Amino acid sequence: MRAVSLPSPAASLAFPPAVIALLFPAFLLVMWSLAARLGWLPPQILPAPGEVGSALVELAHSGDLLHDTGISLLRVIEGFAAGCALGLLLGIAMGLSPTVEDYVRPLFTAFAQVPTLGWIPLLMLLVGIGEGLKILVIAKAAFVPVTLNTLAGIRAVPSHYAEVGALFRFSRWQMLSKVVLPAAVAPIFTGLRYGLTHSWNALVAVELLASAEGLGYLLVWGRQMFWLDTMMAAMAVIGVVGFLLDRVMAALELRLQRWRLA
Amino acid sequence: MRRALRGTVLPVALLVVWEIASHGGLVDPRILPPIERVARTAIDQVANHGLLGDLGFSLLRDMIGFALGTLAGLAAGTVLGLSRVADRLFMPTFNGLRQIAILAWIPLIAIWFGMGEVAKIVFIMAAAFIPVVLNTHEGVRSASAQLVEVARTLTFTPWQIVTRLYLPAALPSIATGVHLALIYAWVASIGSEYFMTVGPGIGGMIIAGRERFEMDLVMLGILILGLVGYLINRSASLLEAWLSRWQRA
Repeated sequence: MRAVSLPSPAASLAFPPAVIALLFPAFLLVMWSLAARLGWLPPQILPAPGEVGSALVELAHSGDLLHDTGISLLRVIEGFAAGCALGLLLGIAMGLSPTVEDYVRPLFTAFAQVPTLGWIPLLMLLVGIGEGLKILVIAKAAFVPVTLNTLAGIRAVPSHYAEVGALFRFSRWQMLSKVVLPAAVAPIFTGLRYGLTHSWNALVAVELLASAEGLGYLLVWGRQMFWLDTMMAAMAVIGVVGFLLDRVMAALELRLQRWRLA
Repeated sequence: MRRALRGTVLPVALLVVWEIASHGGLVDPRILPPIERVARTAIDQVANHGLLGDLGFSLLRDMIGFALGTLAGLAAGTVLGLSRVADRLFMPTFNGLRQIAILAWIPLIAIWFGMGEVAKIVFIMAAAFIPVVLNTHEGVRSASAQLVEVARTLTFTPWQIVTRLYLPAALPSIATGVHLALIYAWVASIGSEYFMTVGPGIGGMIIAGRERFEMDLVMLGILILGLVGYLINRSASLLEAWLSRWQRA
């Protein structure tokens, strides 16, 4: 059984990883093309890969793709910024003051317990289905992980850091900006990164439920028209943008860490 | 004790403001129904509209999808963790596909599997599958090479090496994956009812409440979502602690 043989780094795999990584997608693509060409599955169930490609090109050409992606990105940025601001404030407040935590934590936990998806219908009744709804839903999705990770990050700062700060007679503000926050940067950033991923997922949810534009709406539209090629193209864009957003956060994280280590 | 008391201040204040606002005519009662009306709706739903049956359906769907997704995830994660070839062949594709927000799969799954129960369970399965694969893969890969060597010296069979060495070593990581899968599967159950609404369930009830502008029904639904989510999370934490108990010993 090859599975349990010890990895012998040089000999076991002759090809570079990138080539091996592409083998399976290539196989899938071939099977997909064959299935479409030989009519194994009707095109309403599985359009040919070329059709998905041309749907993507067409969407890009008509400007719809740019427009919808732009709308979605703007919504995510606005909601994420609002959710982060609130989450950082609450996380810092709870992290610094156990009293604040005592008061707020149970209500926060109850609030966080209901998945974002659950709040959407309630918010739809409260604020309608306009831009406000999208921002609120996306903000909620970022708010919870940012708050929790900020709180945990601040609590994890070693107490002797604060003692040194006290020795320098740092004010509260100095203590926060010069000692606590720099020391808690890594976990706070983890929270921001989770927050952005959650925001992106929340965007897709809210656009699927109530929107007339954006990438999620593109999916709904494709579904109503039974245009699977459009749907698949939209899915691909959702995946790529989600991935890029995460990469941006990862790059920022690295930058901040480098500054910290230097 | 004092901490617990402090924790009740805000929720109680919220409820009091809610009652005053809805009775005093400050807010349209259609937007903010009084608490007792939500309670009456709850009793009415249980007695006359089969709320418990809806809940049972949602949970059953959730559990079936969770169980299938977790089993498939354990198998796939173990193979990917053990075999470097499988890892290099399939992991990049898997990582690529999982970048697509899970809800974005719903329209495609609905077209491929119909709008009925099968499609819902397939979707819940996919939601549970992803975290289990990732964490099993990671757990199996992190099993110590020295231990594997020892096991080989002791002439363990490959099957013994997997079951006695890799899987126990991966257990804490697997437990984390299963914990996440429980949470994701519950959210996916709700999502599946939102977007493929045929058949009974709590998600369907919330959507119906929104369509008929019955805020009390929506609030009741949210309350149930939160409670079930809380119970699932608690039991998952207990399970996780129990599965990793040998580590502390």
